[in-house]
Amino acid sequence: MKPLTLSVKQIPDQRVDMSPLVAQQLSGKKTVDIGKITLQCGKNLVRVDALFNLSGDDTSNIVIKNSHNKLDFIGKDMDAGKISVEGDTGAYLALGMKSGEIHVSGNCGIFAACEMRGGLLAITGNAGDFVGSALPGNKKGMNGGTVVIKGNAGDRAGDRMRRGYLLIEGNAGDYCGSRMIAGTIAVMGKTGQHIGYNMRRGTLLLWEQPKLPPTFNDCGTHSLAILPILFASFRQLDSKFARPDTAFNRVHRYGGDIAELARGEILVKNPD
Amino acid sequence: MIINGVTIDETFAEAFPMKATRVIITAHTDQWAWNSARSMTGFATSVIGCGCEADIERKLDPSETPDGRPGYSAMLFAMNKKTLMKQLETRAGQTVLTSPGSALFSGIDGGERIPLGKNLRYFGDGFQTSKLINKNRYWRIPVMDGEFIAEETTGRVNAIGGGNLLVMAETLEAALTASEKAVDAMRTVPNIILPFPGGVVRSGSKVGSKYAALHASTNDAFCPTLKGVTNSQLSPDIESVLEIVIDGLTEQDINNAMRIGIETFCSIGAYNGIKRISAGNYGGKLGPYHFHLREIMQ
Repeated sequence: MKPLTLSVKQIPDQRVDMSPLVAQQLSGKKTVDIGKITLQCGKNLVRVDALFNLSGDDTSNIVIKNSHNKLDFIGKDMDAGKISVEGDTGAYLALGMKSGEIHVSGNCGIFAACEMRGGLLAITGNAGDFVGSALPGNKKGMNGGTVVIKGNAGDRAGDRMRRGYLLIEGNAGDYCGSRMIAGTIAVMGKTGQHIGYNMRRGTLLLWEQPKLPPTFNDCGTHSLAILPILFASFRQLDSKFARPDTAFNRVHRYGGDIAELARGEILVKNPD
Repeated sequence: MIINGVTIDETFAEAFPMKATRVIITAHTDQWAWNSARSMTGFATSVIGCGCEADIERKLDPSETPDGRPGYSAMLFAMNKKTLMKQLETRAGQTVLTSPGSALFSGIDGGERIPLGKNLRYFGDGFQTSKLINKNRYWRIPVMDGEFIAEETTGRVNAIGGGNLLVMAETLEAALTASEKAVDAMRTVPNIILPFPGGVVRSGSKVGSKYAALHASTNDAFCPTLKGVTNSQLSPDIESVLEIVIDGLTEQDINNAMRIGIETFCSIGAYNGIKRISAGNYGGKLGPYHFHLREIMQ
């Protein structure tokens, strides 16, 4: 079986809701029937075959070619299979994703991995604001799974994050880990202002010293036994995080946010 | 059956079902991992008086441990799940949590999951945190030397306890030397433990006693000093009898260990004072697992 391939014919004027195009909703459908599915495009409903050239029939392995930043909700609530995106994506990539894999060769818009529950999301480019966060008004953000961002992440990365791994090879914007409930965010590059703002629990693992808010207290330099276990779990990823020379266990620990529970931690790689 | 002058009795070792678990104990150095593992498996020779039977299974290379540090795998066997859980928690709390630099991990998958760090975490008094890594939860409990890492649960599997060998020798020295070699060889077999001190027990027991309060008493039929005054199983040339008790995860594991043990005794041979190999049983009435010595050696 060949992957179900959707090649964008031309960039539409309006944004497209791609949420029907996930493995669990396409299972058992023939390619011609998939072409008849209608997608919300602005205020109109548009057939899939009007937007994409379709080929292949393996609905568990979907390839989106010539993708662009108007394709929203790719992989929404996905609970099996694989989606490979060649190009950029719009907002809400992998919203509520439960399992499976999504690989994006370009950049993604805001709210990627929002309320994600499991699986792997790998972004080769940059991620927009609110990656791994909660939908506005909701109390729990990303609740499981792993997100790897090879580029930079925008502001509010991991806002209200509950569980899982947000691994950023580049820089993170302001308010990284804000209102975090638990989970792990690792940033190899620089971080912006107000890191860990109101975080309750969880870990921010940093390679570079951040500008710390006054509500984080110095807990000293330590060798933590949990870190080798953590890094070992990254080994199977296609990422800098998987490289053995990336791993370390000696960190400077800051506890906070003391304006909240103060059970969170910012761990900064010890330069020695 | 006679091998190298050593008589293999036409008998069997009688074993019974147990519940077992395996844990991995690591530390900064091999010595500290050993200190902790040895304490955890101490005073665990027999379920009769210790609650469980436990021993270090083997030393682990750092590449085999979850945190890449030196470690040991240890196994605990008990008569039921409740006792196993209680013994595991008590021992882990008093001997691993307390040991400098130690960490405690599950060493066995499958079966039912039982608490490991799940309750120990409360020692953290609210400062404990956890990480969910590859679907396993690890508790980080702040202690005076840093953090104690304990995996939340470990596996509990059905197992077998009470496999045994009796070696009969011309002298105590001959029995001891041969037993030490047999224990070394048997401990290379995975999935088994030899819970007695040094793997050897000298006080084999029979069921019952002339004293009503006791359920077990000395196995007088195998006591060499009673040869003339009881219904002895020993010939005049035997002066010392030692036993090796084996607990294992499966019948095959115990079979393998017993075969290697018998082979070792036989390789030492009658010329060096080893006269007979036998095994302890209760007539087949107590345990469903029967390890026939001659079948093992065929």
